[in-house]
Amino acid sequence: MEEHEIVIGLEVHAELLTESKMFCGCSTKFGSAPNTQICPVCAGLPGTLPVINGKAVELALKAAIALKCRPASFSRFARKHYFYPDLPKNFQISQFEEPLAEGGYLSIEGRTIRIKRIHMEEDAGKLLHSEDEGSFSSVDLNRSCVPLIEIVTEPDIRSSFEAEKFLASIKRILEYLEVSDCNMEEGSLRCDANISVRKKGDEAFGVKTEIKNMNSFKAVRKALDYEARRQISQLKKGEKLRQETRLWNDGLQITEGMRSKEEAHDYRYFPEPDLVPFTVDSSWTERITAMVGELPVQRKERFIKDYSLSDYDAEVLTAGKDTADYFEKCAAGYPNPKLLANWIMGDIAALLKSHKTDICDSPVGPESLVRIASMIEEGKITGSIVKKALQESFDTGIAPEKIIAEKNLAQIHNEDRINAVIKETVEENPKAVQDYKNGKEQAVSFLIGQIMRKTSGQANPAILKKNLLEYLKEIK
Amino acid sequence: MDILKLTAWQLKELLAKKEISCVEAVKLLLAAIEKKDKSLHSYLYLNPGVIEDAKKVDKKIASGGRLGYLEGVPVAVKDNICIKNMPATCASRMLENFYPPYDATVIEKLKQSGALIIGKTNMDEFAFGSSTESSAFGPTRNPFDEMRVPGGSSGGSASAAGANLCFGALGSDTGGSIRQPAAFCGVVGLKPTYGRVSRYGLIAFASSLDQIGPITKDVRDACMLMNVISGRDEKDSTSVEIKIPDYTDFLKDDIKGLRVGIPEEYFASGIEEPVKNRVMEAIRLIEKQGAEVKRISLPHTKYGIAVYYILATAEASSNLARFDGVKYGFRTGNYKNLREMYMNTRGEGFGAEAKRRIILGTYVLSSGYYDAYYIKAQKVRALIRKDFTEAFKEADVIITPTAPELPFKLGEKKEDPIKMYLSDIFTANVNLAGLPAMSIPAGFVSSLPAGLQIIAPHFREEKIIETAYTIEQSLKGGISG
Ligand SMILES: [Zn+2]
Repeated sequence: MEEHEIVIGLEVHAELLTESKMFCGCSTKFGSAPNTQICPVCAGLPGTLPVINGKAVELALKAAIALKCRPASFSRFARKHYFYPDLPKNFQISQFEEPLAEGGYLSIEGRTIRIKRIHMEEDAGKLLHSEDEGSFSSVDLNRSCVPLIEIVTEPDIRSSFEAEKFLASIKRILEYLEVSDCNMEEGSLRCDANISVRKKGDEAFGVKTEIKNMNSFKAVRKALDYEARRQISQLKKGEKLRQETRLWNDGLQITEGMRSKEEAHDYRYFPEPDLVPFTVDSSWTERITAMVGELPVQRKERFIKDYSLSDYDAEVLTAGKDTADYFEKCAAGYPNPKLLANWIMGDIAALLKSHKTDICDSPVGPESLVRIASMIEEGKITGSIVKKALQESFDTGIAPEKIIAEKNLAQIHNEDRINAVIKETVEENPKAVQDYKNGKEQAVSFLIGQIMRKTSGQANPAILKKNLLEYLKEIK
Repeated sequence: MDILKLTAWQLKELLAKKEISCVEAVKLLLAAIEKKDKSLHSYLYLNPGVIEDAKKVDKKIASGGRLGYLEGVPVAVKDNICIKNMPATCASRMLENFYPPYDATVIEKLKQSGALIIGKTNMDEFAFGSSTESSAFGPTRNPFDEMRVPGGSSGGSASAAGANLCFGALGSDTGGSIRQPAAFCGVVGLKPTYGRVSRYGLIAFASSLDQIGPITKDVRDACMLMNVISGRDEKDSTSVEIKIPDYTDFLKDDIKGLRVGIPEEYFASGIEEPVKNRVMEAIRLIEKQGAEVKRISLPHTKYGIAVYYILATAEASSNLARFDGVKYGFRTGNYKNLREMYMNTRGEGFGAEAKRRIILGTYVLSSGYYDAYYIKAQKVRALIRKDFTEAFKEADVIITPTAPELPFKLGEKKEDPIKMYLSDIFTANVNLAGLPAMSIPAGFVSSLPAGLQIIAPHFREEKIIETAYTIEQSLKGGISG
């Protein structure tokens, strides 16, 4: 039996999905040429002042409310000081004693992980080191001042597996609410961890280390596994652990201690005098709560229950808020949710992907899909015609039902029209009629083929066959 | 007529009436600067385009174009206020070659009003001082006695205004940096209410205390500059949206019934007797004109300087962190790694007083000391603020001396920082409370100007203006009254 218990707390940084930066109007677009998205404010030029981006606060509040945190009645930014060339003011505008929100939780598989606090801060720039040793480094400030939230948990996580689950769950929520795109490769989701071990049953926490530089979910799990093993083996050897910051080395798959000089920081926090404190009042909280609505997990459960969808279908449909909203709008107008789910997850998803379109901007709106589904059910169109119409709709931007109508793609139900073609075809093909009278059943198939060709395949096959046989009997 | 002795509003009228040309006025000004500023040293930089700008003004006037509110008036600007494509050195080696790529909001507004920028004025390095002696580029001298200091930190702006080397100037005031030099140079200086004027583009000393304000030859000029520079700015979150009156509406020689508070703590020991006498004489003058003078108390006054130097240095240490040699300004040539680059750049780039304040401020923010200094000081700051709130229940304005002394000799206090810090004793509390206050001339003591300070409640600058204008007119001995 394992005699040690692992205790983990996480600090998750997520870049907020705003168009402009936290304290200036510059774009937050990722991947532009260095220093093309900067201004005097985010370059920290003397004399400039920050101005809070209201959209960033709103996104941070969405995350806070989704994670059941209490928005602060008094919140304030603070300056965190340290010297580094990627930090143009040599202080970061962050939050310290008065964070945006506190005291939330997130349940994962029956276990509750308490969230201590969520606060906002600006990102730093990036250093670009030149290849040759002893040469210079350059600073790219495009990322400077991009808004971030930091989500800090209590030390409630008990395994690397649970840490990874927690991260995945946070990622899902932030993506769903469009608070962050949570791209670990682009650095829009980052995670540091505090980890300690203790004898099972012990109340007191062991000596903790802080692990940084974990750049993927896998790295988080591996780093925590490694660090737990390292700490346990130290303890078993009777050695004392040191409270320190360690970096995950992904190449060597180990954690390494930093020199103590590098980690001895006194950040000298104090309230940011260039920004005024703010209050999240109850009407603001209510508005955000309404925006957040139901979370993916809850919505998935409801989809399974209310729409009788499979676990898989419900999972796929609730992965993104827009897709889930789209599905529900369709389902409100059509009684067969499974059919809708198939079309959304099948053809529409494929077309959205190939045309790089968001579901909100799809030329096939929920009303269109409902119309089409109804037409299929009423036997007015066939599945293959729908496929064609959807493809054309994505190519042209024209609604698919309009395409079907304009191109007369709907099946012909009009018996007079069908009968006229039957009469014409029979008159043109006396030999086939003779063959039929002589008992050759294939002659019927031949005639149907001819009629279908004349109607471009749109004649309703059931009506056609029935009326043709009746006509042939009549002309005996 | 000596054009250089005109006030801004007089010059504006003559320009509009075409009695003088703007080019003529600017050339006279430049010639006077050339002659007098070698020894005075109020300017660090002169705008090479100012004659071209003046020509444009003359053309506009000749063609009958619509004239701006300060069209053609040459204004001097303290060197910690950013003007696009002009240096902004803060009188520091650290920023010797720094040319900001943008205009401060007050500069945008000045330019829109048609005012001309004559140049950038000397100051104490990063506004740290009360004598302009800590400028890395040499001290400014007092126009009334060149052996004496002009006060500080806006010493260059005050000296230029006092010596008729501009028609108005902008300064900045963190603990008295507009008012004390105005008093020393015999001119008018107004520190507006915190939040009245945008700080965007003012290179910060202490963000919660700094305000930009006018230094002018008379009260009317101060009103006119305030009409231009005041107002909420979306680039400065601490600027406030409160209606701005036309300040010149309050240039009324009528203060009957005005309640004037005289705080006993400001007339106690430590003040030079002749300065006190000039201020008391002025108070008696307005009393004769119907003001109701009453003794009041501001009991926490004595803690002001200590609180001020804790909070101001704390903020300064943070604001000055960005000067590190990485992005702009000075960088040492002497380094082998990043740490040495930081240390030597800051070691060589900052002067002694800047280093002293950075060290002080870093200390009070350090863990283990933060509560005892910074937090405690904030609590006392609230008490000082409350003192004024209470006092303004009984008084419409408060009058005090601006400084406890007359202009002192160069070098007299340079080696004694505590003595120098006490020069702010009557002005710093006003910044701590965020109030507006003006220094105006209160007459002379053996050919040296003495100043008097008028303080009003938040955003009630007009009360100051009424009082100041009345005193100004009375002291003129009826010349215009
Ligand atoms: Zn920017």
